[in-house]
Amino acid sequence: MIKQRTIIEPGLEDKNYWKDIWKFRGLFYFLAWRDILVRYKQTVIGVAWSVFRPLLTIVAMAFIGWLFESNVPEGIPRILMVSAATLPWTFFSSAFSESSNSLITNSNLLTKVYFPRLIIPASTIIVCLIDFLISFVIILLLMAYFQFLPSGNIVFLPLFLILALITSLGSGLLIAALNVKYRDFRYIVPFIVQMGLYISPIAFSSLDIYNNPRIPEILKYLYAINPMVGVIDGFRWSLFGGNSPLHLKGFLISISISLILLFAGIKYFRKTEKSFADTI
Amino acid sequence: MSQAAITVENVSKSFFLKHQQKESYTTLRDTIANKAKNLFSGKIGNNSMEEFWALKDISFTINEGERVGIIGRNGAGKSTLLKVLSRIITPNKGRIVLEGRVASLLEVGTGFHPELSGRENIFLNGSILGMTKSEIQSKFDEIVAFSEVEKFLDTPVKRYSSGMYVRLAFAVAAHLEPEILIVDEVLAVGDAEFQKKCIGKMKDVSGQGRTVLFVSHNMAAIQNLCNKAIVLKNGKVDFPMSEINSALKHYMKSVNQLATTNLKDRKDRQGEGKLKVVSFQFLNEHNEIQSELICGQKVQFKIDFEQIDPKLNNNITCGIAIYGEDGNFYTLLSNDYSGKPFDILSSKGSFVCTIQKFPLVAGKYMLNLSIYQNNIMQDWIQEAVVFDVEDGDFYGTGKIVPGSHRSILIENSWNLI
Repeated sequence: MIKQRTIIEPGLEDKNYWKDIWKFRGLFYFLAWRDILVRYKQTVIGVAWSVFRPLLTIVAMAFIGWLFESNVPEGIPRILMVSAATLPWTFFSSAFSESSNSLITNSNLLTKVYFPRLIIPASTIIVCLIDFLISFVIILLLMAYFQFLPSGNIVFLPLFLILALITSLGSGLLIAALNVKYRDFRYIVPFIVQMGLYISPIAFSSLDIYNNPRIPEILKYLYAINPMVGVIDGFRWSLFGGNSPLHLKGFLISISISLILLFAGIKYFRKTEKSFADTI
Repeated sequence: MSQAAITVENVSKSFFLKHQQKESYTTLRDTIANKAKNLFSGKIGNNSMEEFWALKDISFTINEGERVGIIGRNGAGKSTLLKVLSRIITPNKGRIVLEGRVASLLEVGTGFHPELSGRENIFLNGSILGMTKSEIQSKFDEIVAFSEVEKFLDTPVKRYSSGMYVRLAFAVAAHLEPEILIVDEVLAVGDAEFQKKCIGKMKDVSGQGRTVLFVSHNMAAIQNLCNKAIVLKNGKVDFPMSEINSALKHYMKSVNQLATTNLKDRKDRQGEGKLKVVSFQFLNEHNEIQSELICGQKVQFKIDFEQIDPKLNNNITCGIAIYGEDGNFYTLLSNDYSGKPFDILSSKGSFVCTIQKFPLVAGKYMLNLSIYQNNIMQDWIQEAVVFDVEDGDFYGTGKIVPGSHRSILIENSWNLI
C-alpha cells in the first residue's frame, strides 16, 4: 500500500491547492447540507421564507417603479420585469453577505481542523443558490398568470446565473478574507447591500440610464461598474429577448468587473488563508 | 527497523503580540497630547508589537506504531505544535513530513451543530474529521453502539446532556482510521467509564500499527496510553523523546520551578498585623520549590513570617485552610490540632507543614492562611494562594481512580480472608 505523504513547510501548500479542494469535496457537500438543514429549523413557514422574502421585495420595487413611472418595454408586465431583477439581486445580496461572514461564524472549524478554507464561503453560496432556485417559482407562476412566453434567449439564462455566482463568490471571498483581520467589514457589507438595491436596475431598467440624455457619459460608465448591472441585464435579456436589449459596452464592463472580482478574491483569499487560524 | 511516521525538523512558529504601552497613570490631557504627537509622527496608537516564539527549533522523529505523549506546562507550546502538525497553522520555519493519513482531534465534537440530530451530526462531524460518506455509512452502527445514545439518535443534540454529547462526539472520532492520530486533551471530558473505553479504543488503534500523538494534562492518562514522551518548555524541546517514565520524571522535576507567592504587600488581610505572613512556597521531598502539586506526592507548605512585635512569643498557631475552586471547603491544617502551638520566635522565620501523601485529586484549589497568638487573630489572608494539582499515581499501582468517584484519596489496603 502506498502511503499518503504530507509535507508541511512554510509556503509549500500551493502546489496541490486545487487537488486538495477536490479531495475535500465531501466536506463541501456536508457543510452545504448542514446549512440547508439548519436554515429553516424552528421556523413555522419553513422553506416558504425563500419565496416570501423576494416576493415582498418584488412588490415593493414594482410599486416604486410604477410610482416614478420608470419605463417598461412593450408587452412585458412590470411585475415580471421587476421579478427578473429581484431574484438574482436577492441571490447576490444573501450570498455576498453570508459568505462574507462565513469564516467568522465558522471560526471554531478554522481553529480546530484543516481543510482548504475556500470550502466555507463556497458552500455558503451553494445554500443561497438553492434558495434562488426555489424562489424562481415566482417567475414561473407570474409567467403562467400573464400567459407570457419567454424569448428563445432563455437558453442563455444558466450562463447569467453562473455570472451571478462568479460575482458573489469573488466579492464574498475578498470580503470574507478581509473580515478575518478587519472586522470593520461586518459593518460595511450591509451598507454595500443596501446601496446596491438602489443603484442596481431593479425598480427601473438599464435602458433608462443608458438612453437618458440628461445623464453624462461618465456616469453611465460608473453605473456599469456595478457587476450586478451585467447580471440583471443578462437575466432580463434572456427572459424577454429583444424587448430588453443589452447595452453591449456597459455589459462588457460589468462582466469584466465580475471576473476581476473573482480573480482578486481568490488571489487575496489564498494569500491570507494560511494565517486565518492565527488572526481570527 | 521501523519507519519514521512523523519527522519534524527545526520547526519554529512565532506570533505577534500587541502591547499597549502603559503608563503608571494617564490623564486625559496626556492621552490627547500623545495622540496628537503620534498623529504628527505618523504612528497610529501607541501599540508596540512583540514577536513571541511559541515554538523554537523543534526537531524529533516518531516511528510508526509509537504512542508518544507531549508533556509540558501551560504555554510550553504543546497545542501550537499539534496545530502545526494538523496543518491548521503554518510554521515560520522548518519542515515536517507525515507519512500516512492524518486525523487530528483537537476538540471533541468540532463542528457539531446544536440544531441537528445525533444522526446528522455523526455524518457532519465525520466528514469534518476527514471521513468519506461511505466510510461513515459503513461504520455508522458501530459508532452508534459505541456512543450508547441509540435512543436519542433523532433528537437535536442541543437537547442532549453534556455526557451524551461528549460520548457521541468521541464515538465518531474513535472510529477514524488514520495512520497517524493526533489528540489534544480531549479525554479531560466525559465520565470515567467512558474515558476508560476511549483510552482502550486508542490503544487498539496503536495496536494496529498506527501512530498516536497525545497531549494531556492528565499524567496518568499519558502514562497509561503512551510508551514514549517529549517534554516541551517555553517552545523548545526540554527533554528529547525517550521512554515514558524517564520523560515523566524529568517533567516532574521541571514543574518544581521557582514559585514563591509574595504575600507581604497584600492589602486585603485582616488581623492585628503584629505577626504577618510574608510569602508562601510549596516544597517537594528534596526541599525544592514547586508550583504545581501532584496527587500522592510528599509536600511541604512553607509559610514565611515576619514578627513586628517581639512580645508575641507564646501560644502561636498557624492555619492553612484548603478550598476547591468552587468554594467547597476541604480541610484545615493547623499546628493547634496536629501538633503544639509554637512558642519561641525570631523576627523572621517559617512555619513548615508536611504532608506525606497529598490526597486531593487533580483540580484547582485555594489556600487561606492565618496566624493566631493567644487566640487573637494576627493575620488572615483569604485566597492567599491559588494552585493546581495534577493527577498522579497516589496508590503506587499505576492506576488512577476515575474522576467521577473521587475528590480525596485515602490510603487503604485490602485482604481476602
